[in-house]
Amino acid sequence: MSASDRPFSTSVVLEAGRADRQYWQDLWRYRELLLILAWRDVSVRYKQTVVGIAWAFIRPFLTTVVFTVVFGHLAKVQADTPIPYALVVIGGLLPWTLFASVLGDASNSVISNGNLISKVYFPRLIVPLATMLVALIDFAISLSILAGLMVWYGFVPGWQILLLPAFVALALLASLGPAIWVAAIVVKYRDFRFVVPFVLQFGLYVSPVGFPSSVVPERWRLLYNLNPMVGIIDGFRWCIAGGESPLYWPGFLLSLGVVIFFLWLGISTFRRVERGFADMI
Amino acid sequence: MSDSVISAEGLSKKFVIGVQAQQDALLREAVTRGARTLVRRGVDLLKGRSERPSRTEEFWALRDINFDIKRGELVSIVGRNGAGKSTLLKVLSRITEPTEGRVTINGRVNSLLEVGTGFHPELTGRENIFLNGAILGMSRQEMRRQFDEIVEFSGVSKFIDTPVKRYSVGMYVRLAFAVAAHVEAEILVIDEVLAVGDTEFQARCLNRMSEVAGSGRTVLFVSHNFAAVSALTRRSIVLEGGRLIFDGPVDAALAHYTSTLVKSGPDRHWGHGKSSSLISAELVDSEGMPTERFVPGTPLRLRVVLEASGMRGMSLEAILRDQNNLPVGFYSSAVFNQVPLPAEAGRYECLLSLDAFQLAAGEYGIDLQTYFTNVIVDHRVDSAVRFSVDTCSPDGIAFNFRQDYGVGPLAMKLSGPLEFVRIGSVGVPDDLQLAPRTS
Repeated sequence: MSASDRPFSTSVVLEAGRADRQYWQDLWRYRELLLILAWRDVSVRYKQTVVGIAWAFIRPFLTTVVFTVVFGHLAKVQADTPIPYALVVIGGLLPWTLFASVLGDASNSVISNGNLISKVYFPRLIVPLATMLVALIDFAISLSILAGLMVWYGFVPGWQILLLPAFVALALLASLGPAIWVAAIVVKYRDFRFVVPFVLQFGLYVSPVGFPSSVVPERWRLLYNLNPMVGIIDGFRWCIAGGESPLYWPGFLLSLGVVIFFLWLGISTFRRVERGFADMI
Repeated sequence: MSDSVISAEGLSKKFVIGVQAQQDALLREAVTRGARTLVRRGVDLLKGRSERPSRTEEFWALRDINFDIKRGELVSIVGRNGAGKSTLLKVLSRITEPTEGRVTINGRVNSLLEVGTGFHPELTGRENIFLNGAILGMSRQEMRRQFDEIVEFSGVSKFIDTPVKRYSVGMYVRLAFAVAAHVEAEILVIDEVLAVGDTEFQARCLNRMSEVAGSGRTVLFVSHNFAAVSALTRRSIVLEGGRLIFDGPVDAALAHYTSTLVKSGPDRHWGHGKSSSLISAELVDSEGMPTERFVPGTPLRLRVVLEASGMRGMSLEAILRDQNNLPVGFYSSAVFNQVPLPAEAGRYECLLSLDAFQLAAGEYGIDLQTYFTNVIVDHRVDSAVRFSVDTCSPDGIAFNFRQDYGVGPLAMKLSGPLEFVRIGSVGVPDDLQLAPRTS
């Protein structure tokens, strides 16, 4: 094997504060590591469990049942939803769970992979990205709940359902921004390990997970969309219910702006401090 | 493309230690301290005072390192603990970045700073090979091609589908090393991975390393194993206190390295313990003059100055270490001789005279510590005293027994005459040879 056909064969200059021009290329070259780390996390997670990967289904399913009963039947917020309330709940729960598991796992990922980071070089972004993939796999499994509910209620979605992948991608980006931002600073300030679970617990109630965002008074609606998950959950419901759950465009664009801001903040912070990870972990 | 694969120019790495590094571990502290600093700065500004020096301490792990390594060269890096070897390897393998200077690397670097990096106990041997290989930068095709060879090399093929948490330490290490040994890199950076496994496996690893080295790859090798260093590499870089002090042929480098062990005496800050403090220590000769040479067969005399707080039940202890930093001897004043540190607070000097031993020629260090009997180390100074032995010729023979022969640092003396008694002739069956002696 000659040196020329090795993908890594390259010349590098290591210098203080040098903006690494090859960073994004490196990230691409290390895509196999990304996949393997994700595979490791998935296969380790369900070792020595009886039902295995079915847990990825059971948890969101039970949550859907509870939320439907609590919000739909006990709290009776469903007043003006023309579609089955369980579909409203799952439309909110799916993106929220994706968001919460990416933020929860990825923000800790750099610390929990400290042994790798202090011993081997690879673009550090691989680590939070791998946990994102894991969350995505769980998400794909829980999508079957949505499909099941549609069949159960005999509900046929409109053409909008085809746009669902776009909103999944958006939910990923929305969670990735804050997740890698926290992943970067938690290396130095471990306080954020306590902040994230709290934010997630809190966020479940301030995001329209168990109720449609239309219950929020009109004059607060735009402000409410500062929470990026509002726009994304609305988008999910729009994909599922089509015209029955219209999208609130100004709010959606605001949510989109917040997503982009966090993504920029996350990536730039991460890139700035990642070179010092090995010295701090 | 030039022939140089690694070239370092003015490479330096600084760590910030002390107050700041410790205190900022919690955000709250960083914020309150930041606020306090801000207020103080404001007051200083109002009063027209210049800025106070910050309370942080800087530590240069590497200072102005320059070298150039050509394609296919086999280079070892030697130096004491804390000389900067590991930091240098970390910089070269891009784990941490230099503070000053630059390194230019042409080629794919693979660093083995630890065997089994990223091994997951829950995964099977097979799964861990793929995981570990990917972490070490192997591609999937590379891995498929090498898989059988890796399994065979490791010798754990029977357990390849068992989770590694059920492996013995030996099996785990074998598997981990097997993966590492099959990484295809143009530049291989290896840190003391040979310090594991049994002798037979170590020999196999050494073999494999020299195979790798012979195949035209560039190898950078850090080890305390002198036999390995001189067997594997031709050129050696010696680090001391973060500086490069020698760069040249291995033999000359090893000689240089051992000589630095003596020179770097107790010129550093020793700190103090809670209830006692070791102040200074030196090796002295029979006249009480400080020396750096020890003559085997004479008493080993240490003059130790220490401060005692009057705490009872404390012991002065010494640990003798050979040139590989392995402990070879131990002494405890309270445990061995029921002599604790004085019960009255004060500064004391003592002469610790240990019985004659036949130490092999080479370098030695002595760690000193004060100890609450059987409970806890109060103050410990590693390598408080360093000395060397020039010649060791037990019973006055014309032969110099040296530590680097690799058979240990002690020449054993006979307690009586040695005599060979003939009990049979060559080639006689075993059972007859075992018959009772008649003489």
